[in-house]
Amino acid sequence: MSFFLNPELWALTVTVSVPLIYASLGGMFSERGGVVNIAMEGMMLMSAFVSVAFAYASHNAWIGLLAGVASGAAMSLLFAWATLKLQADQVVVGMAINLLALGLTGYFLDAFYGYNGTPISTPSLPTWHLNVLSHLPVLGPALAQENVLTYLLIPTLLGAQYALFRTPWGLRLRSMGEKPEAGRSAGLSVLRYRLSGVLLSGILSGIAGAYLSIGVLNSFNVDMTAGRGYIALAAMIFGNWKPKGALMASLIFGFLSAASIQLQGSIIPSDIVLMVPYLLTVVAVAGIVGRTTPPAADGIPYQEESL
Amino acid sequence: MAQLEVVGVSKRFGNLRANDNISFSVRGGEVLAVLGENGAGKSTLMKIVSGFLRPDSGRVAVDGQTIPIGDPQAAIRAGIGMIHQHFMLIPRMTVMENLILGREPRTRLGSIDTRQAKQEVEDLSKRFGLHVDPNSPVESLSVGEQQRVEILKAFYRGAKILILDEPTALLTPQETDRLFGSIREFARQGLSVVFISHKLDEVMKISERVMVVRAGQLVDTVDTGQTDAFSLARMMVGRDVDLGASRTTSGLGNVVLTVDHLESQLSKGQPLLGPISFTLRHGEILGVAGVEGNGQQELAELLAGIRLPSSGTILLDDKRVDSLPIRRRLESDIAYVPADRQGEGLVLDLKIWENFILRDYYRPPFRKGLGIDVKVAKARTQAAVDAFDIRPNNIDLPSRALSGGNQQKLLLAREMSRNPRIMIVSQPTRGLDVGAIEYVHHQLMSLAQTGTAIVLISLELDELMKLSDRIMVLFRGQIQGIVARPEFRRDAIGLWMTGQKGQEVRQ
Ligand SMILES: Nc1ncnc2c1ncn2[C@@H]1O[C@H](COP(=O)(O)OP(=O)(O)O)[C@@H](O)[C@H]1O
Ligand SMILES: [Mg+2]
Repeated sequence: MSFFLNPELWALTVTVSVPLIYASLGGMFSERGGVVNIAMEGMMLMSAFVSVAFAYASHNAWIGLLAGVASGAAMSLLFAWATLKLQADQVVVGMAINLLALGLTGYFLDAFYGYNGTPISTPSLPTWHLNVLSHLPVLGPALAQENVLTYLLIPTLLGAQYALFRTPWGLRLRSMGEKPEAGRSAGLSVLRYRLSGVLLSGILSGIAGAYLSIGVLNSFNVDMTAGRGYIALAAMIFGNWKPKGALMASLIFGFLSAASIQLQGSIIPSDIVLMVPYLLTVVAVAGIVGRTTPPAADGIPYQEESL
Repeated sequence: MAQLEVVGVSKRFGNLRANDNISFSVRGGEVLAVLGENGAGKSTLMKIVSGFLRPDSGRVAVDGQTIPIGDPQAAIRAGIGMIHQHFMLIPRMTVMENLILGREPRTRLGSIDTRQAKQEVEDLSKRFGLHVDPNSPVESLSVGEQQRVEILKAFYRGAKILILDEPTALLTPQETDRLFGSIREFARQGLSVVFISHKLDEVMKISERVMVVRAGQLVDTVDTGQTDAFSLARMMVGRDVDLGASRTTSGLGNVVLTVDHLESQLSKGQPLLGPISFTLRHGEILGVAGVEGNGQQELAELLAGIRLPSSGTILLDDKRVDSLPIRRRLESDIAYVPADRQGEGLVLDLKIWENFILRDYYRPPFRKGLGIDVKVAKARTQAAVDAFDIRPNNIDLPSRALSGGNQQKLLLAREMSRNPRIMIVSQPTRGLDVGAIEYVHHQLMSLAQTGTAIVLISLELDELMKLSDRIMVLFRGQIQGIVARPEFRRDAIGLWMTGQKGQEVRQ
């Protein structure tokens, strides 16, 4: 019982969950438009590095964040060009981008900062203190003192829900993920709407990456994302391609990660706990508990009839 | 009063001339039928008109204004509304979402104005008499209702010229009548309607003028009042065709197949098949009618052994076959011609002779030692290919090289050469041209004459009425009724297909 009442556990849960939520929202936009984006791992990693580099060079964490987001967006454009314009296989291109990001960031880390890694004087994004919340039991400390990006999540989530289900753009994006021919017969450009979904996933992965390097920390190290892009994808699937679902799933996955960290040294092996998110995803996708259904045209390139 | 004018449209796919210099026009308030066999180029022509395809040459004008080619948006703006042969609806979205897609009314905040959308949809359905609930998901609608949504969608986007590509293909007779009522109403309100079909009686019934296309070329355009089904058929096919040939049933033999309380769990979310019971006699053709997806496919698979029943029995003579695996089933002289000939029936990349022995390669006469007796296999195949006049007459070609009609002939040749006692045939003429249909019908009738009992599953009521001794109607996996030849009536069978029970035709 005391394990669950430990405020540290909950603070850690929030910290681990935040990047997962951003990235899984990004994956949701991409897949709602019909593009499977496993390249989020690489987009996050790239942004994590670029954020640090720009934050250090400009002495301004906000400029770091902007640059990181821009790098995520640029990677997503590269991804979109290969998958939408050239119609290459989405998973293969995604994999290639992840490897590219891993190689590039590793190389530049070495080339710029050498043996010592990124400088300690790198600024990080501010933490806000909401003292009103600090009096809540157990969860208070977790919620009252958070990185600005954590608070930014609230408008982001509301905005995602609104954009996807209330606006014409959302309807059109969803139509491209369900049946692009229907969108095209309504006179819409499939490529344009799919591109907008992919671009959003790049931007949101960018925020997630920046959170890792200049949100909770102020440094970058090799393969710093360590598969979080894939976990975010799993969270989006577990959350049934919906903002609320992505939020809940990310929190569950985040909690399990936090628990495994807290359990280090205890009798329950922490690796077992870390396994649970993947197990849950398999269970969800296989339809054992409440089957999740992907958009019908998810992952299928759209080819216009020969013109 | 919009007028559509199409001038000199040509379109090639590789070496194939799908459209060769075709011109036509439609006036406001007129229904123009476009008649042609499968593959004649009707859909290609209409995709060009609606901007989906870019022609190699030619132009399209509405009210004298040439519209940009290859641009669906421009065609929509000009008032051209196309109902595709395959619906362009998103099953998981609601009727309303499907309708407004691409032209959503907005509130001042930029979100979708649901109230206004609903109002517009209601006004349109009232004006044209097309009723559907805007809030139901499209996947829950019948085919007829989905078609209404497609038509409403065209109107919502401001269509004044409505193009319907084979709109009756999946409809019951009642739904077809209702559609015809709507089409007349559209014409009365001054809209131009282009009605595409390969069915002569429909064309005669609904149109004012008929344009006939054959092999990508315009044959002629005639006033419907000045022509008859026979001359239209000749124009469409290019030679005389026998429209009437109907089956005269000779005396039927003993019962060979008894299906008793057969039941199957269908794939998730669908209703069950059965329990159903029926018998089949020596030399009988039992037609199975129904709207697509009412258990026909499952019935075929249960009989062929591809699917095992959850309960019930199938007796062949007095022997139970319901739990036999597929190979044993085939060895008990049951033959199966599946609806999906390219996917299930043939292996397209295998040669014609290899496909021919696909069912029996492992046993005599095709087996030789541990291998295949290629000489015997080729000789048998050659004989069958000659007998069925399969073209090209080269058994070493992959079956991919055959046209749809010739692929079907190959399938029939294979199954018939096995001298089956029971033959299950699903959609044997779907997508074939008139000549091939005639041929397939002839073959099935002579097969029955030799004593084979045939279960004929088809969506074409005319085909069933022409060939069957009895017609059994399936609705949601249940037998809605069975009727024998002298009592065949389109309207009664049509009612059964929609789930209504008509007592007077019950027997
Ligand atoms: N996208 C395409 N690529 C190649 N061939 C095509 C394509 N679309 C249609 N065809 C061919 O063009 C011919 C005309 O087809 P279609 O217009 O669909 O005929 P119809 O609608 O009259 O049945 C057919 O032989 C068909 O195989
Ligand atoms: Mg067609």
